[in-house]
Amino acid sequence: MGLFNYLFGSRRPTSREVAKSRLQLVLVHDRVDLSPQKMQMLRDELISTISKYVEIDAEGMQVSLTQNGRQCRLTADIPILSARPKR
Amino acid sequence: MGATVITITSGKGGVGKTTATANLSAALAMKGKRVVAIDADIGLRNLDVVMGLENRIVYDLVNVVEGACRLRQALIKDKRIENLYMIPAAQSRDKNAIHPQDMIDVCDQLRPEFDFILIDSPAGIEQGFRNAVAPADRICIITTPEVSAVRDADRVVGLIEAEGKGPASLILNRLRPKMIQRGDMLDTADVLDVLAIELLGIVPEDETIIVSTNRGIPVVMENKSRAAQAFYNIAARLLGENVPIMELEEPSSSWLSKIAGLIRRS
Repeated sequence: MGLFNYLFGSRRPTSREVAKSRLQLVLVHDRVDLSPQKMQMLRDELISTISKYVEIDAEGMQVSLTQNGRQCRLTADIPILSARPKR
Repeated sequence: MGATVITITSGKGGVGKTTATANLSAALAMKGKRVVAIDADIGLRNLDVVMGLENRIVYDLVNVVEGACRLRQALIKDKRIENLYMIPAAQSRDKNAIHPQDMIDVCDQLRPEFDFILIDSPAGIEQGFRNAVAPADRICIITTPEVSAVRDADRVVGLIEAEGKGPASLILNRLRPKMIQRGDMLDTADVLDVLAIELLGIVPEDETIIVSTNRGIPVVMENKSRAAQAFYNIAARLLGENVPIMELEEPSSSWLSKIAGLIRRS
């Protein structure tokens, strides 16, 4: 039953799990001093810059801060719709 | 070069800096080391009452820094344990009464006479914190397994790294095994995962801490409780001994496990 619930996502997360995920999110922003608002601005500017060169799927774009140990990483995953035809 | 200077700090208040400083100082002294504990929380003096030395204060850290007395006069000897001393903070002044260089100077004067100098940092990340970490050879960050305390600890880890004083090590305080088991408290692995610093030790929640603070006798001096054992272990690790991290699992109180325990004992 526990596994079933786990697999199908109907289990309510424990407060410990909630605490950990909230902490991870808040700390990654604290560490680089980049608020969710600034992240949105960064995202918008990335879209306008990259769009000059290739057509991208702005909706499907993911910009996120991740961490590995105390090393923070800014990751942008940008789906390209279609490269401009050469010729 | 003499003593190792260890600063105990946390960011957030009320997570156990003073209790840890008192107990680690006492435990190191009980292991035969010459130890002085310095209360760097100017204006909010507390190490004296936790150690039970409040009635013996004549001079304090600010008096030393301002030259109103000699350093030796501000050293209070703990009569219960050989080689344990304390320098109290001033109570009627504020944190700006001393500067980081003053702390470095005081510690440099103490180094030849001691094996360990433990500094009880004030909460926060302002001048008082900077004073406390300035002379440190190593820094212990103490936190409880709560979101607010861990967040503040992370901020302090970052500041310490930025000052080139790292890497700091972690004491995780007031863990409650039963809450962890039922998924209502961050455990050691969770906190280490988030903070990504070295673990120096864990201390379980223990009512004897309150009793010992009431009496002004650090728990390690009475040598019975889980918390006392935890602080002994940490002191041993500070001395370079390889002591395994304490198991938190309390013996389960179900009738089945009691029978199992009886069988095992026989």
